[in-house]
Amino acid sequence: MAGSGKAHLRTDAENLLQVEDLTVEFPIGKDRVVYAVSGISFDIRKGETLGLVGESGCGKSTTGKAILQLPRPTSGSVKLRGQELTELEGQELRAKRTDLQMIFQDPISSLNPRRRIGEVVGEPLRVWDSGSDEEHWEKISAMLDAVGLDPDVARYKHPHEFSGGQCQRISIARALVMEPDLIICDEPVSALDVSVQAQILNMLEDLKIKYGLTLVFIAHDLAVVKNISDRVAVMYLGKMCELSESDELYANPAHPYTNLLMESTPVPDPLAVIDDSMLSEGDLPSPMNPPSGCRFRTRCHLADEICERAEPQMQRINDNHYVACHHPLVDVAEVEVAVGN
Amino acid sequence: MAAAPQSPRLTEQVSEDPLLVVEDLRTHFKVEAGMVKAVDGVSFTLDRGKTLGIVGESGSGKTVLARSIMRLNVSPNAITTGSVRYNGEELVGKSAKQMQKLWGVEMAMVFQDPMTSLNPLVKVGRQLTEHLRYHLGVSKKEARLNAIELLKSVRIPEPENRFGVYPHEMSGGMRQRVCIASALACGPKMLFADEPTTALDVTVQHQILNLLQKQQEDRFMTMILVTHDLGVVAGRTDDIAVMYAGRMVEKAPTKHLFADMRHPYTEALFRSIPKTSNPKHTRLSAIAGRPPDLINPPPGCKFSPRCPYVQDRCRSEEPQPQPAAAPGHSFSCHFPVGTPESRAAFDANFEAGLPQTLAAAGEIVATEELVETSGAVN
Repeated sequence: MAGSGKAHLRTDAENLLQVEDLTVEFPIGKDRVVYAVSGISFDIRKGETLGLVGESGCGKSTTGKAILQLPRPTSGSVKLRGQELTELEGQELRAKRTDLQMIFQDPISSLNPRRRIGEVVGEPLRVWDSGSDEEHWEKISAMLDAVGLDPDVARYKHPHEFSGGQCQRISIARALVMEPDLIICDEPVSALDVSVQAQILNMLEDLKIKYGLTLVFIAHDLAVVKNISDRVAVMYLGKMCELSESDELYANPAHPYTNLLMESTPVPDPLAVIDDSMLSEGDLPSPMNPPSGCRFRTRCHLADEICERAEPQMQRINDNHYVACHHPLVDVAEVEVAVGN
Repeated sequence: MAAAPQSPRLTEQVSEDPLLVVEDLRTHFKVEAGMVKAVDGVSFTLDRGKTLGIVGESGSGKTVLARSIMRLNVSPNAITTGSVRYNGEELVGKSAKQMQKLWGVEMAMVFQDPMTSLNPLVKVGRQLTEHLRYHLGVSKKEARLNAIELLKSVRIPEPENRFGVYPHEMSGGMRQRVCIASALACGPKMLFADEPTTALDVTVQHQILNLLQKQQEDRFMTMILVTHDLGVVAGRTDDIAVMYAGRMVEKAPTKHLFADMRHPYTEALFRSIPKTSNPKHTRLSAIAGRPPDLINPPPGCKFSPRCPYVQDRCRSEEPQPQPAAAPGHSFSCHFPVGTPESRAAFDANFEAGLPQTLAAAGEIVATEELVETSGAVN
């Protein structure tokens, strides 16, 4: 898989976030290194939702955290409104992080159990905002109201008095209160029941319109990602396989891995044919010793000698759809092999 | 398969009677605040060689039901009443000691979390040979051969080498295969799979579900598949039972259930799933509120505080199971989906601005307080 090349980056207008050649490696002693993210590039426009999907261990959460410089990427560039974040230090970086917020997977453990909801949501304001307590409370209550909680009831309660879905609403209110440019949602609904998941997804869509939010939505559930994203990037073992507008991706998956993910997704329809032809028996290889060439080749039924030798580069299928594969499942309109770096 | 050479089933006459008959099963837990009615009056029968899917939200009682049938609810505050007849034998009232003769040999369970259901200090091989030696009384050498054969049957590569490794040396998918092998070791007639793939990636989930299905067919096992994912049960089961607040609110052959949902909860569950066939930014139909308090459940229909079709009758009178058109299909509802009465009820509720009806229509409402507030009324 591929994933190198930048043919898919957009240059025709300003990007809110531009990530280039992002690499994150974790040394684990004895000269061994976990190659968590290996040179991925993408961009996000204001008001857009980018979905990141892939199996556990593909580097999607690490990518989200690396945007926040938590941890700092090993190399590569992360630009927010043209400003390079990887070069910022200390106070400058801390101040810049207020433009970036994160929502985590487990809503209950991401809230301090000893704090009241008013304090939890208001803490960013206490640190960064010079306004008075009354002004803060006005903002806090507006946010709690926006996520469907009664501000006066919630204010003095503790997180344990709320259900998982409500705690996730509180996390969202906390992320919104600084009016960030970009929110990174790391599996925000995977710990929730399907009924609650629908409430949270609908709410994120509404808030996105109301506050003009830009989201990076990380999840492993393809249906959830399709529902909320404008564009979807499929990741595998630290590389990006495919990037596309979401309806186009699901209608015409070009990468064998995308196809494998889709075929594996259970469909709530008893008449759906379970297709095993694409099924791979293998597991994800170790990110400490990723395969040469295309990283997906060890599980790909189309893999041949070239996949072992050369790493595929991002190629254009159409303006909204790019794939990094030597044997894409749809015709590549114009072969536009991007020149490395 | 060499692992179950002594399997009595091969010689036994296959009986026509259902393997499992559950009647009015109730499991209550005594806690400080009162009685948690986790399973409250469940009845069903399960024929030999069939697969039953049990679906519902967290807290609907599906796991407790499976464990109550196997009598794994051993804590002293758990009170199980009713009747579970397995192969004609009454299980309710049996002690753990008596059940030991059945566990593994007659019925076995695959648990949700493959990371914690294997003993981390014991090598994989011994976790398989242990019950072979205990139940079937085979020699050490024979048990080893059987265990390797089992690992092969669940498609673990290099089974001879895997025999001597610890669970942490394997991936989640591999560990779940070991758990399945362990459950299958003594050739049980009945397999319970409690969310067997929830902790796994979607590609691995597909592999594990295929494996379970194949083993079930090869061994003519009866299976109960517990999951919260309607997608998982859709293609893999003969029948589906939908649970809510400790009750089976609807049960039907899989194809009938999806073609003709009668209970509003089944419909709501189905409609809240995002589907890849829908275009992006499709409005989802949400279920307002959350499952009821099982200590003081609401009177009448337990789903009534969240039901978009709710009428006054639902709030006072609990609906009883009634048959639907298709054989084997039953549901408990006063205003079943698809009738003119339910449509009128929905429209009236929508006009009145009932939050759960608005939520079902995809509108955003501040609804999580709903169950508490409506619960406080009674």
